[in-house]
Amino acid sequence: MAKRIYGIYEDEEVLMDAITSLKGNGVVCKDVQSPFPIHGIDKLLDVPRTRIAIVSFMFGITGTSLALLMTWYMMISDWPINIGGKPNMMFYMNLPAFIPVTFELTVFCAAHGMALTFLLRSKLLPGVTAPIPHPRVTDDKFVLHVDVKDENKLNEVVSLIKSSGASEVMLKSMQFS
Amino acid sequence: MSGNHESVVRDPLILGDKTYHQMTEDICRPIEGKANKYWWISFVIAFTAMIWGIICLSYTIGTGIGAWGANKTVGWAWDITNFVWWIGIGHAGTLISAILLLFRQRWRMSINRSAEAMTIFAVICAGLFPVFHTGRPWLDYWMFPIANQFGSLWVNFNSPLLWDVFAISTYFTVSLVFWYLGLLPDLATVRDRCVTPAKKFIYGLLAFGWKGTARDWHRFEEVSLVLAGLSTPLVLSVHTIVSFDFATSIVPGWHTTIFPPYFVAGAIFSGFAMVLTLMIVARKVLSLEEYITIQHIELMNKIIILTGSIVGVAYITEFFIAWYSGVQYEQYAFMNRMFGPYWWAYWSMMTCNVITPQLFWFKKLRTSVMATFIISIFVNIGMWFERFVIIVTSLHRDFLPSSWVMYSPTYIEVGIFVGTIGLFFTCFLIFARVFPVIALAELKSILKRTGSQYLKK
Repeated sequence: MAKRIYGIYEDEEVLMDAITSLKGNGVVCKDVQSPFPIHGIDKLLDVPRTRIAIVSFMFGITGTSLALLMTWYMMISDWPINIGGKPNMMFYMNLPAFIPVTFELTVFCAAHGMALTFLLRSKLLPGVTAPIPHPRVTDDKFVLHVDVKDENKLNEVVSLIKSSGASEVMLKSMQFS
Repeated sequence: MSGNHESVVRDPLILGDKTYHQMTEDICRPIEGKANKYWWISFVIAFTAMIWGIICLSYTIGTGIGAWGANKTVGWAWDITNFVWWIGIGHAGTLISAILLLFRQRWRMSINRSAEAMTIFAVICAGLFPVFHTGRPWLDYWMFPIANQFGSLWVNFNSPLLWDVFAISTYFTVSLVFWYLGLLPDLATVRDRCVTPAKKFIYGLLAFGWKGTARDWHRFEEVSLVLAGLSTPLVLSVHTIVSFDFATSIVPGWHTTIFPPYFVAGAIFSGFAMVLTLMIVARKVLSLEEYITIQHIELMNKIIILTGSIVGVAYITEFFIAWYSGVQYEQYAFMNRMFGPYWWAYWSMMTCNVITPQLFWFKKLRTSVMATFIISIFVNIGMWFERFVIIVTSLHRDFLPSSWVMYSPTYIEVGIFVGTIGLFFTCFLIFARVFPVIALAELKSILKRTGSQYLKK
């Protein structure tokens, strides 16, 4: 059973150096919680590049297709009307007038589809309780999550984290020292 | 960290040698403390104006739009003027949050939150006018392409008015989502500082359980970037489509191809003026002078000069083309604007939109808070007159001289307009007490690049 240790840091630059040195000592750094995005930390923690932009593209082309299908069905197939002499017998002839709606529906689906995917993927919904190991992690503290597999090495890892610049070390909801 | 240093020639964007914790304190103070006297005075005024608007609107619904001064010749008047004016104001928020994000302009981070909020409130105000202009707002669902019981007759996808329905609803919902996703980390900050359980519960719900892990931030930044990329063409399309409402008609003075870029520039111009009006008051009342600095005001004023000049060139181009086209109806429409019965509206527009922003070429004026505030009010008024001139002067003398009329608003129409201003400020004042008015998390990430103490080293 792996133990989760939290190292609390005061500065993001100290934290980044700490991750590099801890990794060198074979410590498994799982994640970081921070009050703002730290640039370059994704590489240190081996966070894979998100595919959310692809999701957005998929939703976008879904929107385009829906809009084209809708305008074709309503204006050409189901009930064609001569409006101001605009050609309405063939879809492609009437298409220029449908571009604005097609564009808007593309953006609508791409934006909302992506936003919903993001919320679900990151488990962000009203009513979710956030796991906050330190009350100031959304203010000015940086929390490093470390997993220790071998319990005999616990003290060694704790002292490594402390010597890397952490101001506090906590063992899953229990204060260490 | 090597990437953390800014060129020495740049001025700091965050003054007062802040720490991360100090920034949290400063920006959460308006939410956690009690509202001061100025807040209550403004709130009471804004709320009263809103109530007056609701009364006028109720009267309109009960009586019909005959309660307005609009007539057969001038069918679009005060209401559509206000609609275009409010929508235009909304555009600055999206420009700041989306286009300036793509251009990596870091100064936007101090103002984007409140500018986006302004966008949302402005679009709500704008939306009211076409909704009630239909006369029977309870039938407004006819604007959506839904199968109905009157025979399978559909909405007309050839009409720019329908394009507007799609554009405005997309714009409103996407802006709302963009704004709210950006708020999540800051709401989490407020949640974790709350003392009372009730507040903690409410902010906990609002923050959606934000935890700020590296993976969350990674996705968050990607989502912001893609949303910015989607919002940029969206914001340009919205005012383009609004201008199509006019430009695809055959009314002289409306039927011009210059309208889309001219409207978009005008929208950004008026929007920045409104951002300045609000920010100059907000930075003082909420004591945020160290975050919204004179440099921010100067940069916004530079955008005002640019967009104001584009608008000025557009006015002159319209005139030139009216003459150059050789179409006498077009020529008359423009002569009538300048020297006809509505000359005062035209020249107010020219003075406020073309002449006053040029004063910002003087550094002394564009770095002066008072001068900026006054000019921003002038621009707001000028841009309102621009829409009034385009709509009313083009319509009031149309194809048949026998139906030429004058238009003047009734107090009901004026009341609705005053009411939307009240609604806008009521929403903004509540926003300033409930949500962090500055994008705290984003701003913290640039402290070490642009904080005053880091630039001194």
